[in-house]
Amino acid sequence: MHIYKPEQEPAVRSLGPENLLLKGATLKNTKKIYGVSVYTGMETKMALNYQGKSQKRSAVEKSINAFLCVYLCILISKAVVCTTLKYVWQSKEGQDEPWYNQKTQKEKDTFMYLKMFTDFLSFMVLFNFIIPVSMYVTVEMQKFFGSFFIKWDNDFFDPEIKEGALVNTSDLNEELGQVEYVFTDKTGTLTQNNMEFIECCIDGFQYRQRDVRSELDGFTVTDGPVHKLQPKAGVEKEELFLRALCLCHTVQVKEAGSEETLGDRLDGMLPKPEEERGFIASSPDEVALVKGAMKYGFTFLGLENKKMKIRNRQNDIEEYSLLHVLNFDPVRRRMSVIVQTRSGETLLFCKGADSSIFPRVRPEEVDRIRLHVERNATEGYRTLCVAYKQLTAEEYMVAETGLQDARLALQDREEKLMAMYNQLETGMSLIGATAVEDRLQEEAAETMEALQGAGMKIWVLTGDKMETAKSTCYACRLFQRGTELLELTVRTLEDGRSKREERLLELLRDYHKRAVQDAPPVRTGVVTRSWCGSQEYGFIIDGATLTLVMNPPRDADASLYRSLFLQICQNCTTVLCCRMAPLQKAQIVKMVKNSKGSPITLSIGDGANDVSMILEAHVGIGIKGKEGRQAVRNSDYAIPKLKHLKKLLLAHGHLYYVRIAHLVQYFFYKNLCFILPQFLYQFFCGYSQQPLYDAAYLTMYNICFTSLPILAYSLLEQHICIEILLDNATLYREIAKNAMLRWRPFLYWTLLGIFQGLMFFFGVRFLFSNPALQDNGQVFGNWSYGTIVFTVLVFTVTLKLALDTRHWTWLNHSAIWGSLAFYVFFSFFWGGIIWPFLKQQRLYFVFANMLSSVSAWLVIIILILLSLLPEILLMVLRKPRGPLSRQTAAVTPLSYKHLKERC
Amino acid sequence: MKNEGESSERPDNTAFTQQRLPAWQPILSAGIVIPGFLIIGLAFIGIGIGLFLTSQTIQVLEGPVFFYYGLSNYYQNFRKYGVSTDYYQLSGDTQYFKSPQDSCSPYSYDSQNKPIVPCGAIANSFFNDTFELYQIINGTKKLVPLDGKGIAWWTDYNIKYRNPTLVNGSLANAFDGTSKPLNWPRPAYELDLTDQNNNGFLNQDFLVWMRRAALPQFRKLYRRITEGDYAAGLPAGNYSLTVHYNYQVLNFDGQKKIIFSNVSWMGGKNDFLGIAYLVVGSLCVVMSVVMLIVYAKFKFSEDDV
Repeated sequence: MHIYKPEQEPAVRSLGPENLLLKGATLKNTKKIYGVSVYTGMETKMALNYQGKSQKRSAVEKSINAFLCVYLCILISKAVVCTTLKYVWQSKEGQDEPWYNQKTQKEKDTFMYLKMFTDFLSFMVLFNFIIPVSMYVTVEMQKFFGSFFIKWDNDFFDPEIKEGALVNTSDLNEELGQVEYVFTDKTGTLTQNNMEFIECCIDGFQYRQRDVRSELDGFTVTDGPVHKLQPKAGVEKEELFLRALCLCHTVQVKEAGSEETLGDRLDGMLPKPEEERGFIASSPDEVALVKGAMKYGFTFLGLENKKMKIRNRQNDIEEYSLLHVLNFDPVRRRMSVIVQTRSGETLLFCKGADSSIFPRVRPEEVDRIRLHVERNATEGYRTLCVAYKQLTAEEYMVAETGLQDARLALQDREEKLMAMYNQLETGMSLIGATAVEDRLQEEAAETMEALQGAGMKIWVLTGDKMETAKSTCYACRLFQRGTELLELTVRTLEDGRSKREERLLELLRDYHKRAVQDAPPVRTGVVTRSWCGSQEYGFIIDGATLTLVMNPPRDADASLYRSLFLQICQNCTTVLCCRMAPLQKAQIVKMVKNSKGSPITLSIGDGANDVSMILEAHVGIGIKGKEGRQAVRNSDYAIPKLKHLKKLLLAHGHLYYVRIAHLVQYFFYKNLCFILPQFLYQFFCGYSQQPLYDAAYLTMYNICFTSLPILAYSLLEQHICIEILLDNATLYREIAKNAMLRWRPFLYWTLLGIFQGLMFFFGVRFLFSNPALQDNGQVFGNWSYGTIVFTVLVFTVTLKLALDTRHWTWLNHSAIWGSLAFYVFFSFFWGGIIWPFLKQQRLYFVFANMLSSVSAWLVIIILILLSLLPEILLMVLRKPRGPLSRQTAAVTPLSYKHLKERC
Repeated sequence: MKNEGESSERPDNTAFTQQRLPAWQPILSAGIVIPGFLIIGLAFIGIGIGLFLTSQTIQVLEGPVFFYYGLSNYYQNFRKYGVSTDYYQLSGDTQYFKSPQDSCSPYSYDSQNKPIVPCGAIANSFFNDTFELYQIINGTKKLVPLDGKGIAWWTDYNIKYRNPTLVNGSLANAFDGTSKPLNWPRPAYELDLTDQNNNGFLNQDFLVWMRRAALPQFRKLYRRITEGDYAAGLPAGNYSLTVHYNYQVLNFDGQKKIIFSNVSWMGGKNDFLGIAYLVVGSLCVVMSVVMLIVYAKFKFSEDDV
C-alpha cells in the first residue's frame, strides 16, 4: 500500500492478514479508522459457513412411520379380506337377501362394483381405529410435557450464570437416548478457554507455583507467593527469562475500570485488586504467560509509542523499544520480538513449541530442559520454550532491511518473510520453558469417560493445533496411555518421499489394516468398547488432509478413500480432527450421519463456529458458554456446562427413549387388540360391517379409557432409577440402535395384541353359545356381547400397562385405577339414561345387566387373567443373558437374579 | 432481595419437577408369582368344578322350566337389519307414526303408502310361530300353562319402550292411519288377544325379539313354566308340542329348534365356563410347579458356581 501525503514522499506499507478486521471486531484506542470491505454478502465467512436449518426428525418417528405402514397394510388387507369374503358368502343362495332383510330399490339398482367399493370403504371405516391416530396427540403431549423435566432439572442449574438447561425443541427428547457419535468442540466445550500458568523451568530448574487456584489446595493466595523449588537458577537467568516472558508477546493492556465488560472474559482471577489489569491478546496462552511473569514479580505495563514498559521486582520501570514482531505462524510454530534496551542493546526473544526451538539452540542447553518439557507435555500442559539472542548493530541492520524488503514484496511475500525469520531465529540460547494449562471444564474427563462407557464414539472437532488438541484429549482421558494413535496429518503425509495422494492412500490402507482387519471382530449389533486389554485406537486427522480425503484427486476412487476413512474411524474409540473450518465440522458430521446404519449423532459446542455442526447433527447441544449465544440459539438443547451432558444423555435420554418406545409399542398393541375382535365379528355377522362395540366406546376408547395411564407412564416411568443410570453408563447400550423399536419387539407386541384379541373374541363367543346368561333365564343380545368384550379389553390393556410400570407414583396409581373406575362409571352413566339425542338406545342398561350376570363376571375375570398370563410367565422366565447380566438384571426385574434374592 | 431473584431463575426444587416422586416399585419375583399362581390355579379349579357341576345339574325337567326357541343361520346382527328400526316410534312418539325414519326402508310404507308401525326389518321379521305344550295323561291332552311374563328385560318393558298414549281409551285408535308390518298376521295392538296389557310395543315376545342376538345361531326366551302342577318342573311323561308354523326359515337354510331348560345362578346350561376355569386353573398349577422346578434347578446350578 502506498500512502501519499501532501508534501511528503510516498511511504510504502504492507497489508497482510493482520490488517483484516473480522466480524465482531470492536474499535478501541482510537476514534475512527478507514477501511475497505473485502468480502460482502454471500462471500462472507458467516454466509459461507451458514447452513440451512432443516427439520430434524427422530429415529423413533421413523420407526413409527414404518409401523404405521405395517398397520395400514393390515387395515387394507382386513378390509380386502372382508370384502372378498362378503361377496363369496353372498353368492350362496338366500344369503344375500333373506326375506327378513330385504334391500331397498336403490340398493338393488346400484352397480355391483360400486357396491363392492363402498363395502370396502365401510370396512376401512370400521377398522380404521387400528391406526392409532390418538398416538400422535399423546406423543406430542408426552414430548411437550416431558421436555419440562429437562428445563426443571435442578442438576442442570449453574449458579455461576444463574441459568438452567434450555430446551429449544421437544421433538428430540428420545434421541438423547440413542446417541452413538458425539462430536464435540474443544475450546470452550472440553476446556474452559481459560489458560493458567502452571510452572516454568529456567535453565533446567523447575519453578512451580503450587496453589494456582486457592480452592486447589485449600490455602489462599495472599500476595501471589512464589514457591521456588531448590535449587534455583541464577538470578540473572531468572530475570532474563521473566523479561522474555514479559516482552515476547502481542498482548495489550487494558486499564482497569475502562470498558470492563469487554475484557473480563480474558482476564482470569487476579490475586490482588490493585492488579486488576486486563490483558487482551489473540491467544489466551500469551495472557497466561504474561500473568505468570507477573506472579514472579515482572509486570507488563503496556505498550506506548512503541515502547514496552515493565515493572521489575525492584518496582523499577524498565523500558524497551519494540523494533519488530516476528509473528506467530503455525508452520514455524514460534514467534519472536526484537527489542532494544535503554542501554542500546538489541535483543531477540523467541518463544515457540519445543520442536521448533530445540534445533535452533545449543544442544547442551536442550538436554537440561527437554526432560521438563516432555514431562509437562504428557501431563497435558501446553508447553513453550523461550530463547533469546543478542544482536549486534550490524546484524540488526541486516535484519531490518531484510524484513522491510520481505514485507513489501508483492510476490512470495510469505516465503521471503519466512526465510528472513528463519535466518534471524538461529543460534539462540535457550533460557527456559513454560507450561500452561488450558483448564478443562469441570468433570470433563468423567463425562467423557461415562459417554465412552455408554458406547458412544467421541470425535473432537477443533480449529486448534494438533498438539494442543492432543494434549486436551489426553487430559480428558479420551486418549489413554495405551491408546495407539493413528495420525493422518499434513506432517505424516509429507514424511514420505512419494506424492501426498499416494502417501494418503498408503497410510489409509495401513491404518485400515491395523485398526479394522486385525482388530478382534466386534460383536454384532452392540457397540463394544474393548474392555480387556485389547488395543484401543485413536485417530487424528487435520483439516487439510480431510479435504484430501473428501475430495480425492482426479482419477482416484472417491468412495474408496471415504469408506477406508470411515471404517478406520468407526473402529477407533476417539477421533480427533484438528484445524477444522466450521463447515468442515458439519461435513464430518454429515459424513458420519449418512454412513452405514445411519447412526445418531450429537454435536456439542459453544461458539458461533460450532453452529453448522450443531445444525447438521441429529441432536445439537449448545453450551451456554462465554462465546455468545449463537450456539445456544441454534441448538436443540442448551446446557450450562459440559458435565451436564452426562445426565442429559444417560438419565434423561435413556428414560425418554424407554418411555416413548414403550408408548409407541403400547399404542399399536392396544389398538390392534381393540379392533381385532371387531374384525372377527364380521365373520359372524355376514360381513355386514356391524360394529361390535357401541359408537361411544369406539370413540372413547383411545381418548378417555386408555390414554391417561400410558401418558402418566410415558411421563413418569423410571424403569431404572436415575442414580443407577448415572452410575452404570453401560446401561445406555441396552437401548442402543433403537433396541425397543426394532422389528422383533414390534412383532412381539403385535403377536401379543393378536393373541389377546383372539382371546377376547372367542372367549365371549363360546360363552354366547348359550346367550341365556342371567339367572332369570333372559338372554343377552349383541350389544351385551360387545360390552363384555370391551370390558375385558379395557381392563386387560390397562392391567398390561400396570404390569409394565416399574415406578408407581401416586399419579400412576390415580391414572390407572382412575381410568378403570371412569370406565365403569361412564358405562353405568351411558347406559343409565335414555339419551334424547340418540336415534337408538342400544346400550340402555346393557352394562348394568351384564354386571348382574355371574357368568359375565366369571368370563371377564378368566379372560383378563388368561390374556395376561403369557406376559407374566415371560417376565418371570426371561433369563438375563450375556456377560452384563448383573446390570441387565436391573432392566428385566422379573429375572432370576431377583428370584434368587427373594427366596 | 437477591435471593428472590435467584430463586425465580432456579427451577423449582419439588419432588415432581426433579422426578423424585415417592414411588412404589413392585417386583414380580418368584416368591410372589409361584404361590400366586398356585393359589389362583387352585381357586380357579374350585370355581371350575363348581361351574361344571352346576352346568351338569341343569336338567330339562326340573322347575322352573324355561322354554326357548332357537334359530340358526339367521343373522339378526346384519348391520342394515340392526338399524332398520325407529326408536322414536317404539317410545310412543306418534309423530313418527306418520313418517317413519329412513333407516326403516324398505319397511317404512306399505303398498298403499301408509306408514308401517312399528317400521323396520327387525319388527317386520318378528318371530310369529306359536307353541302349545300338552302333557298326555291317559290319552288326554292336558295343556301346560306357559307364562309369558318376565321374559324380556325389565328395563325394556318398563322404561325403554313405550306405547303411544291411548286415544279415546283405545290403543287401536292411537295406531290410526298406520299399517301393520307386512309379515305380521295382526297389527301391533292385537298381538296378544288374551291380555290387553301385553299389546302394542309392550308385548313381551316383541321386546325379546327386538333385542338383537349377537350371533347367527341364537336362542330366545319364549315362555316360562311356572304355574300350576308344573311349577316345580315337568314331571316325566309323554308330552305333545303343537307348533303353529308361520315363520319361514328354509329359504335361507335356517333351522328352528325348541329348547326346554332350567337355569341356575350362572344362567343357562353352558359347559364352556366350567371347562375354561378347570383348564386355566390346572394350567396355573402346572406352571407354578414348572417354575418351582426350573427355579430350584437354576438355583442349584448357581450354587455350584
